[in-house]
Amino acid sequence: MIVIVDYGVGNIRNVERAFTKLNMEVVVTRDIERIDQAQAIILPGVGAFRDAISNLKKYDLVECLKRNAAKGTWIVGICLGMQLLYDKSYEDGEYEGLGLLRGEIVKFDDSELKVPHMGWNQLVKRHEDEIGKGLSENDYVYFVHSYYLKNEDADSVIFTSSYGVDVPAIIRKKNMIGMQFHPEKSGEVGVKILSNLKELIV
Amino acid sequence: MLAKRIIPCLDVRNGRVVKGTKFTDIKDVDDPVILAAYYAQASADELVFYDITASSDERNIFLDIVRKTADTIDIPFTIGGGIRSLEDFDRLMKAGADKVSINSAAVNNPQLIKEAALRYGSQCVVLSMDVKRNLEGKWDVYVKGGRENTGMDALEWAKRGVALGAGEIVLNCIDTDGVKMGYSLDITREISDSVRVPVIASGGAGTMEHFYDVLTEGKADAALSASVFHFKEIDINELKKYLKSKGVEVRI
Repeated sequence: MIVIVDYGVGNIRNVERAFTKLNMEVVVTRDIERIDQAQAIILPGVGAFRDAISNLKKYDLVECLKRNAAKGTWIVGICLGMQLLYDKSYEDGEYEGLGLLRGEIVKFDDSELKVPHMGWNQLVKRHEDEIGKGLSENDYVYFVHSYYLKNEDADSVIFTSSYGVDVPAIIRKKNMIGMQFHPEKSGEVGVKILSNLKELIV
Repeated sequence: MLAKRIIPCLDVRNGRVVKGTKFTDIKDVDDPVILAAYYAQASADELVFYDITASSDERNIFLDIVRKTADTIDIPFTIGGGIRSLEDFDRLMKAGADKVSINSAAVNNPQLIKEAALRYGSQCVVLSMDVKRNLEGKWDVYVKGGRENTGMDALEWAKRGVALGAGEIVLNCIDTDGVKMGYSLDITREISDSVRVPVIASGGAGTMEHFYDVLTEGKADAALSASVFHFKEIDINELKKYLKSKGVEVRI
């Protein structure tokens, strides 16, 4: 069973549907006991970092996520959910994240760039990994975000996308996976990535 | 590289697509969900649904279409038309819309942009503007489906909308809409240069060159059209191949 953490933000329904289409057993919950039993924990997210982290605290989910990450359960962050895995974000202030991975979330600061980084962008491979199996350099995925991961651990970056800077698009460190784009909105390429994820989890 | 987007727009009234559709290979082209699925697999980058229904009974039918569309397609889609309040945003976002566009309601109550952006994030809030050139050569913002001139300057309104939190602008030029003589390049470029959010050009597409012009000279991030796609005058795949051959970054 995989759990999508319902912490009161974002596009949970679309993420749930994407996994259901792959015949995966999905539970949407914020119940700690159920989360503790999951094979994989999906942290979705659309919205502001501050609201997201304060909701995780409000529902007592921070310790739960840290405990499960430490015991090796798959933790998969999507979009804002990926950003939450890191130390800190500078979105409208300065907020601590879950600190499961080392890095900071910063704003695109190139004045020539449109923000949000919105639309279809190409993946550039940095490392081989099972999560990227079968993907080619020409594959596009759908991004919507105004902040991106910086100071990343370069070894954990599997794919980047170019938008003024190299934006980490897929990261993987042991049992932790992050996707800055929306696989559930990325057409066939998104389905391929989620199928790879399914193979890893099951 | 970030790709330029091609966006078919579906006008929906009482649960059906209007404005004409000419497909021989789809059984029920007036069914918005079926047409959306067709466009999604025909390499559209995104879809826009405009709800042109008036009565509240029909609103539930429309919500049901939004739900079914979200269940069916795996590309983003925006809902516009008749959105007046944060509650309307709520309903549509919960039904599965990725973005909601507001037009007259934003003019009447600019704070709605701000409130919606705070609740859902700027990326979900699209400011849709109907504009028309006045006698002095400047561009006015119109509301009520292009019937009423607000006297507001288009450029100023675009900047203000973005300052309030709009994450994207749909710019519809009333003069060129439906005429198929090309998008209005100058105002599209002017607005695209003045705001830091993506601008979707709307109104005037008749040929593939028109798309090329607005995505290059017009500096639009995306181009929207209804009739050329519905009437199969332009095939999206062909259009994208053409754009790519001319050096425009598109998703193929």
